[in-house]
Amino acid sequence: MHGRPRKPLKPEDSAASIAKANKLRTLQSQFYHIHHNKIYDKEALDMSAKLLEMNPEIYTAWNYRKLGVESNLQSLSDPDSIKSLLDEELRVVESALRQNYKSYGAWHHRKWVLSKGYSSIEREFRLLDQFLKADSRNFNGWNYLRFVAALQHVSEEEELKFTTDKINANFSNYSAWHNRSVLLSHLLNRKAQGFVPREKVLSEEYELVHQALFTDPDDQSGWFYHLWLLDQTVNQDTTLLISSWPVHAVEGVNSSTVTVTSMLEKNENLIWKPLSTNKSERSTEMINWKDENFVTSDALLQDFTPTLHRFNQLTINKDHESTNSKWHVETLENEIALFRELLSEVNCKIAKLTLARLLMSLDVIMSSRAICKQRTHTKEVLELFNDLIKMDPVHSRYYKDQHSLLLMEQVTSDEESLAKHFWYYKELTSSLSRTNFCLRINKLSLSRIGFLERLLWIQMLDLSHNELQSIEGLESLQLLIYLNLSHNRISCFTALEPLRLIKSLRSLDISYNEIGMHSIDTTS
Amino acid sequence: GFSGHVGHDPHVLYTISAVQILALFDKLDVLDIDKVSSYIAGLQNEDGSFSGDIWGEIDTRFSYCAICCLAILRRLDRINVEKAVNYIVSCKNLDGGFGCTPGGESHAGQIFCCVGALAITGSLHHIDKDLLGWWLCERQVKSGGLNGRPEKLPDVCYSWWVLSSLILIDRVHWIDKEKLVKFILDSQDKENGGISDRPDDAVDVFHTYFGVAGLSLLEYPGLKAIDPAYALPVDVVNRIFFGR
Repeated sequence: MHGRPRKPLKPEDSAASIAKANKLRTLQSQFYHIHHNKIYDKEALDMSAKLLEMNPEIYTAWNYRKLGVESNLQSLSDPDSIKSLLDEELRVVESALRQNYKSYGAWHHRKWVLSKGYSSIEREFRLLDQFLKADSRNFNGWNYLRFVAALQHVSEEEELKFTTDKINANFSNYSAWHNRSVLLSHLLNRKAQGFVPREKVLSEEYELVHQALFTDPDDQSGWFYHLWLLDQTVNQDTTLLISSWPVHAVEGVNSSTVTVTSMLEKNENLIWKPLSTNKSERSTEMINWKDENFVTSDALLQDFTPTLHRFNQLTINKDHESTNSKWHVETLENEIALFRELLSEVNCKIAKLTLARLLMSLDVIMSSRAICKQRTHTKEVLELFNDLIKMDPVHSRYYKDQHSLLLMEQVTSDEESLAKHFWYYKELTSSLSRTNFCLRINKLSLSRIGFLERLLWIQMLDLSHNELQSIEGLESLQLLIYLNLSHNRISCFTALEPLRLIKSLRSLDISYNEIGMHSIDTTS
Repeated sequence: GFSGHVGHDPHVLYTISAVQILALFDKLDVLDIDKVSSYIAGLQNEDGSFSGDIWGEIDTRFSYCAICCLAILRRLDRINVEKAVNYIVSCKNLDGGFGCTPGGESHAGQIFCCVGALAITGSLHHIDKDLLGWWLCERQVKSGGLNGRPEKLPDVCYSWWVLSSLILIDRVHWIDKEKLVKFILDSQDKENGGISDRPDDAVDVFHTYFGVAGLSLLEYPGLKAIDPAYALPVDVVNRIFFGR
């Protein structure tokens, strides 16, 4: 079904195919007879073996054999005959696997036999070695390996060594890298002997993956592993959980009424920082979003300070450096240097993407440690994403989204940058005097919004004149009253789903979008 | 339960297919819905996982089959949904994808099953959409086709597994739709009909289905809309859940 070239069948092949089909049909009708009549003698079992060797996908035949084994086991008591009965099953599985080494039915039958506890596990490892040599990506084989290792109580350290061997034999082995990441996670998390300190282990893994990456930069196998290592490197010492809820709809939320369960080790020191809120004012129905209604001035920004104060409450300021922060920074700087070098030799898309991620990670660490508030590499990363859009047009929308996220990060990074986007809305034509501070993030070609946890106190938001297709995450702005999404690329009603959760919303402008452009609304 | 063919043993894979076929023809009433539901509910294990049949093979594919089938029959309350979801989440990998069992390598087919099941049970918040979205969009190779895992050949059936998953997590704009459409159309056998796994390979009904379904998800003109979670036309899904 897969990978067969399209060509008209030659007469001899056609005849052979018909003959095979006839043979299968005959065997199959014989099989129905023995299965439905529960016949499990040698002749019947042999017939089923022949059927399975021809087509291991006949799952009912595997079921039949299990029934046969159970029936015949009833009359056996000595371990040797039991073992030889089960060995016969293993023989059938093996010949079926040689027909199709991906057959779920065959592998499961083998697991079922092994579970009986009479078979040699050593032999299983040898068999797996053969199959994984033939196709190192055979995930059925890898699953079976995990199963057998568990039966044998093979230590995770030994399993890890197996992945090392496989990787050294051939770097292009995503399956081996995947298994390695699973095993290492476990070993690191339980601080197993030989896997402490964590930093030493991760450094060695970086060395290993570098070999793969620099041997063939276009092979993706090592890249996802590198991303996992990066994730392990950029860990935050404290977790920030930011939550918002509708102001008047939900009352009484505080540290005594809400329990937070966390998967992380440290659960003490849960600090609650409530955000002070204004009572929401009565609103007018329409907002005139024209530019002339928005003014800004230094004087006005003074009024803005209490608002900014709320913003500052949301940022984490680290007063102390954690013990291992030096390693984190050094490792990242090392990786960055290496990838710059790689990129000077070869123009590889995924190297560029990784460099962008590394630079962003370094910035995150530096700013969270209050070493420097502004991210220093933003400009460079934005350029990298622009390069990637040109280099890899197939994935251009992904890079555009990352670019937009970084722009949003930049805008919301501190009071200074935020102040540039804060405008004072004064409706000049209305008799009612309405004043409000509005955050205006326009004409940045944003395809996506983010970092909204920094803007929870916003009541008036203008995102018009961008390229937004999605407003995912907007629902966290539970104080939002006025929203302008005009002149964007919203193409369906379901993209506006987050707005249903903003109970405070009174005024919405979605003009000049693309709603209704597609006949079907294909988003969930 | 239903089997793959007359005379074969029941299995959850064929049970969902039977129910989907009956749904297509609006003949769900020929079923003893309680009996089918009991069969499926009986396959759920203590940890929330599902066996394929009485012989106990466990795989997230079966979780999807069970959840999708019971949802169509409107009997999801017959299983422990919370445990089922927890089991699926336990199969989530560090690259954001899902495997067949905990620790199993991410594979687009398994990802579809897990994401679909989570979507049907309203549990998509367990997914890191950006991480998984990137893993999925990187399935698109230069030729425009999609593969099922890194460093594998593109295959038309992944137009379904990968594409529907991307749609369910709102990241389908991260692939180049036009190039994928071209890949699927290039895999047609224009003389004898049908679609194959990749251009110039032999056609079969399996890939023809996935090619057409993929094109529908890509809004190819003239095709009915298909639901990415239930793998049924949207009008059939509407009929089941909204009676119209």
